[in-house]
Amino acid sequence: MLLILLLLVKGIDINAFDTPNDDGSSITITWKTDEMAGSFEILRSSDTEQGFQTICEVDAGDSEYLDTAIQTGKQYFYKVKARSVDKEIVSDAVGPVKSKASIFNTDRLNVLAGIMVLFASIIFYLIVARKGKKLYIRKIPALTAMEEAIGRATEMGKPVLYVPGIGDIDDPQTIASMSILSNVAEKTAEYGTPLYVPTCRAMAMSMAQQVVKESATRVGNPGWFNADNIRYLTDDQFGYVSGVDGVMLREMPATNFYLGTFYAESLILAETGHSTGAIQIAGTAMPDQLPFFVAACDYTLLGEELYAASAYLSQEPVQLGSLKGQDLGKLIFIFVIVIGVITRLFGTEFFYNLFTVVH
Amino acid sequence: MKRTLPLIIVFGCGTFMLVTFFIPIKWVQNAAQTLQTWYLGVIAFFVFVGVLNLVRLNVEKIRKQRRDWQYSIILLGFLFIMMAAGFIGGPDGGLFQYLFRNFQIPLSATMFSLLAFFVASAAFRAFRARNAEATLLLVAAVLVMIGRVPVGYWIWHGFPDLVEWLMKVPNIAAKRGIIFGIDLGLISMALRVILGIERSYLGGGKE
Repeated sequence: MLLILLLLVKGIDINAFDTPNDDGSSITITWKTDEMAGSFEILRSSDTEQGFQTICEVDAGDSEYLDTAIQTGKQYFYKVKARSVDKEIVSDAVGPVKSKASIFNTDRLNVLAGIMVLFASIIFYLIVARKGKKLYIRKIPALTAMEEAIGRATEMGKPVLYVPGIGDIDDPQTIASMSILSNVAEKTAEYGTPLYVPTCRAMAMSMAQQVVKESATRVGNPGWFNADNIRYLTDDQFGYVSGVDGVMLREMPATNFYLGTFYAESLILAETGHSTGAIQIAGTAMPDQLPFFVAACDYTLLGEELYAASAYLSQEPVQLGSLKGQDLGKLIFIFVIVIGVITRLFGTEFFYNLFTVVH
Repeated sequence: MKRTLPLIIVFGCGTFMLVTFFIPIKWVQNAAQTLQTWYLGVIAFFVFVGVLNLVRLNVEKIRKQRRDWQYSIILLGFLFIMMAAGFIGGPDGGLFQYLFRNFQIPLSATMFSLLAFFVASAAFRAFRARNAEATLLLVAAVLVMIGRVPVGYWIWHGFPDLVEWLMKVPNIAAKRGIIFGIDLGLISMALRVILGIERSYLGGGKE
């Protein structure tokens, strides 16, 4: 360290510019030097005649600083001072530099392109579906088994339990779960089978009540709806598990659905359900929890199938068209990945760089 | 109108939030932040809705002396004690913290610790070599378990490296495939919701 500090500093190349793709709230200062210094000081001035003030000190290894303590549109000048134990060297001033808000974040252009490709493929198949063309969607065993599982509960005279996970309604998995709940509630209302929906979030409870009520009305059995069966238990993760396990052991439902966001509670729920002899259908987009559901449940919706479930169950041409469009989008992205792998294997970085990580 | 208005709101908010991802202008970002703050406000309101629902159902259970009604007394008792402790001493207050550390944490830890037993029972069922895939799963699981304990290294020095390879190559490859599908499914569902194609979360049905 001492050796580093004693090294003399030769010269500094400094550059300051408006940070691209931001809201105009920062200026980026970069510098280069051939020798190592103990530390660097960044100096700033809005008027060179009034002198420069030190705005911060950074470590010797740094070569970039983001100045966020500025006013958008105001001009600034910068210097960098390199310090060692016995010597200081100051760069020439650079500037004036003004920050300006970017209208579009060009770093995210690749994301926009990806969304547009997916959007275009969905729209294409929506048009195809609207024209009346029959679309083939592969069978999803977990969804095919839903009606059978509800029928089993009906025959046994036992209730159905629907667990929408521990996510709130800002979680897409909960939204997907509510869409599936709508279909499950339709079937249970049609058969007159009791449906229990214990929730971990009050807003999810309110949403679930509305969804189940409308489903019951839609199949012409509004009297079946019982708001007390869709209840809030607690926001606490393991308190919720405890509550749901209690419902399973007291009410002994014949069919359990676990569809939504799950964390460590997934296996506790699924194993308790298994011990009661219930048929179990699970689905989540949490990759770490999927193996637990696969091991403990009869059917599992794997990741994207959870999002596709509602469209699949509805069998509406437009919804199926959107699924088909999603598959086309996936095919295009797989093709892009294969090209990326091949071009990198041949040492070409251009194609790979088009898909660099978004800041 | 009952269905149209929510769909308009969903379309407007969804499109706006999507656009803010690409537009870094300050007022646009501030507006997005404000929308998210409103959501937090709505959540705060719904805490009361949840507590009301909990209290109403449990009071009714006690009043009608339904099965296991005694547990409802304990539930409501602790609910109000915790609330009172929080209101009087604040969340950092002595009584609230005492109850939290000596009741809530041990109870949560008890539920969580059940996982160890459930992992064993689920693994026992899952690892039966019924077919080729299950056998592959069984072999991989045994290798990982042996490679992750010191005795594995003692049996064969290559076990830990083999396990690392299993976890980092085939395991991650499969996981990335699933995550890739999930992300595309998510974007696709978001587009369906924003465009109003998917509306069953509103109770379903047509206009």
